[in-house]
Amino acid sequence: MKSLTKLSLPGIGLAAALMLPLAAAATAAELRWGASRDIDSLDPYSYGSTFTISTLNHVYEGLVRYDDQLKIEPALATSWEDISPTVRRFHLRQGVKFHDGSAFNADDVLASLTRVSDPKSPLRGNLPAYQGAEKIDDYTVDIKVTENYPLILNDLTNILIFDKEWLVANNATAPTDVGAGIEGYATTHANGTGPFKVVSRKPDSETVFDVNKDWWDKPRHNIDRIVFTPISSPATAVAALLSGQIDYVEKAPLQDIPRLKQSPGIQVLAGNELRTVFFLFNRANKLMASDTGDKNPFNDAKVREALYRAIDIDVLQKKVMRGLSRNTGSMVAPAIPGYVPELDERQSYDPEKAKALLAEAGYKDGFSFTFVCDNNVYVNEEEICQAVSAMWSRIGLKPNLDTAPTSIQTVKFESGKFDVGILGWANEPMIDSYSILVQVAHSKTGTSGVFNWGGWKDAEVDALIDAAGKELDREKRLGLQSKALLKLKQNVDFLPLHQQPMAWALGPKVKSVVQLSDNKSRHWLTVLNK
Amino acid sequence: MHIDEAAPVGRMTQWRQRLSEAWDSDLAYSFRGSPMAMISALILLIVALTAILAPVIAVQNPYDLTQLFLDKAELPPIWVEGGEAPYLLGTDVQGRDVLSAILYGSRISLLIGFASVMASMAIGISVGLICGFAGGHVDNILMRVGDFVLSIPTLLVAILVSALFRELLPVNLRDSFAPLILMASIAITSWVQYARIVRASAMVEARKEYVLAAKILEVRTTRILLTHILPNVMTPVLVTATLNLGLAILAEATLSFLGVGMPVTQPSLGTLIRIGNQYFFSGSWWVVLFPAFQLGLIILAVNLLGDWLRDALNPKLQ
Repeated sequence: MKSLTKLSLPGIGLAAALMLPLAAAATAAELRWGASRDIDSLDPYSYGSTFTISTLNHVYEGLVRYDDQLKIEPALATSWEDISPTVRRFHLRQGVKFHDGSAFNADDVLASLTRVSDPKSPLRGNLPAYQGAEKIDDYTVDIKVTENYPLILNDLTNILIFDKEWLVANNATAPTDVGAGIEGYATTHANGTGPFKVVSRKPDSETVFDVNKDWWDKPRHNIDRIVFTPISSPATAVAALLSGQIDYVEKAPLQDIPRLKQSPGIQVLAGNELRTVFFLFNRANKLMASDTGDKNPFNDAKVREALYRAIDIDVLQKKVMRGLSRNTGSMVAPAIPGYVPELDERQSYDPEKAKALLAEAGYKDGFSFTFVCDNNVYVNEEEICQAVSAMWSRIGLKPNLDTAPTSIQTVKFESGKFDVGILGWANEPMIDSYSILVQVAHSKTGTSGVFNWGGWKDAEVDALIDAAGKELDREKRLGLQSKALLKLKQNVDFLPLHQQPMAWALGPKVKSVVQLSDNKSRHWLTVLNK
Repeated sequence: MHIDEAAPVGRMTQWRQRLSEAWDSDLAYSFRGSPMAMISALILLIVALTAILAPVIAVQNPYDLTQLFLDKAELPPIWVEGGEAPYLLGTDVQGRDVLSAILYGSRISLLIGFASVMASMAIGISVGLICGFAGGHVDNILMRVGDFVLSIPTLLVAILVSALFRELLPVNLRDSFAPLILMASIAITSWVQYARIVRASAMVEARKEYVLAAKILEVRTTRILLTHILPNVMTPVLVTATLNLGLAILAEATLSFLGVGMPVTQPSLGTLIRIGNQYFFSGSWWVVLFPAFQLGLIILAVNLLGDWLRDALNPKLQ
């Protein structure tokens, strides 16, 4: 052990990764998951993070869920019908038991909906049209939404259901909030209806899930235990996978894919996910840190177009994304309803035109601005931002790149302390372009524009989004949404880059997994070699 | 005195005389007898010269974003298939020439190393002199502060200090102040050693006759401290400083490796190693190996030189 003290930090992480799973290697059908990061909490309502919620989906379930084709199918609800334009009736599954043995019924749904829609709940934005719920009998619930709201089922896939008795007995009816540091019983304990139950959890070190033998659904998986170990250094995770110490990595580094593919027994599943990565602009009256004084150049569409045209997306795709991303001019992926092909065309890469546009706008010698990026959220994010900084420098701009983990940068974004920023949007769990339109593109009013970090506002776009939000006819609604997306594109309000790649790597023990374009791990569909 | 005024010839003679005196001194004699010391000094000289002359000899300024071309990213060293001139040691994932980055990075590493040793020496000597000469409460308080600093692991304090400074500074100044922050955070954690050495020697010297004589002549205290006591305690301080130079360079590299040091846009050796580490498995070994080799070389040379200096100046070994 003495020699360990001389290893570098990632080395120690590697050593830990090597040793931890060994201790529990006795169980036969065990999936050892080397995760890129830890989940934020055991409480699925504590933070709107796709990764946390989808991991906790192994433990908790919603009324409905996506199947292996991303179609909505029954889960804790068996069927549903429209009662009126504002009321949806759900018939609940009977005979379902929580992990602690208590039965699932309508009271649990009401308690969960109350908890998630609490004014203090960080997840209330995921259920934007919710107006209230009513128990009809023990297995029937009416959910009230705003008039003609079309996407309630999509929203409900991610509203995971708690046990009311458990919440009350453990004093956990109040929501917790990772962002605000509010914790509770549910932060460290879990009791759901899902295919796996939490056996133990050591934050940032190891969380163990055991199979729930009393699950209501017929399991497709053959896993007895999942050992979830966060390994934040990608190189360490790859080393652990190659040496057979873990079986599954959900974020394999792009640069290591060729190496992994050549290794015997290792499978790599790569594809494009739904998430579109784009840059956004601060549209306040003046910039945060710039030499432009009281003006904000980004309020001029010519300047925004200049930044767009300065990005050589092909070389970025080839070198930084290893040819695995899908270059796009659209804010949503082709699989997202609302996408139309004419959205996808990019403004061509043309640094000379970019310089001319800057000169036309009155910034012949460029200007400086702060470029805020995270370094641990999107695929190769830091490298993207560095490379684009270099490209912008070449047309005479002076970007000050500020990269840090998302925990630090989110605060800056939310308080408008950036000039140019980065965001990736998967339109998840709605899987509809209404998600990005209402949460990002819409001006900040009521529950809309939660992610309108730069204060952009376009009355025409707002009107289109508002109209789509109460249109039950799917074709008409998608038409409105496409129109809004085209308007954003025409105004160069955002600079779309690409749909980012996803890459999972499987060790020899894993026979098959289901990888969908929402990039969520669904191990209740995973089969191991026995 | 009149020889001095006899114009250039005399002055030259005097210089030559001084040089030959230095050449004949014990230290120089020991240096000439130690091949290890000579090699180390040569390596350091070359590293320092190439680092200082980096803007002249490097093919690219790796800090100037307009000179980084992404289509030249991840080229292997020139002798490997696919390598391209002028990128002698290959390029990293941003198209940064590895050799240029090493030269510029060594500059930062050496600069921060030297500056932080100087700064910690300055703090340590002042505190040590004051404590050793004044004694009493002042001595007690300052030395307990030192004990407190020593009781926390150096790297932890350095991480804390540099993270704190970074958050206090506005974003646009952060990158330009990064070397200063690093220097300060290393200096703050490493002055105690000097303070202890100087204090111990100063306490001994302060009771010696020549100091007492100076006191009786009512020489000012600062003058006694600086011209009488200081020269007599400098030898162990210099030896410690040389050995600590290696540690300071390593501390800078560690902080940068952990991501709280030099930013990615102005990489030091530690930052380069951090960047390269992510690409080691994918086969781009040159991005991490060459900076690591340079760092190892610098630290080895500094340590060997420090070891030699310690032995050469140790009267017990002569």
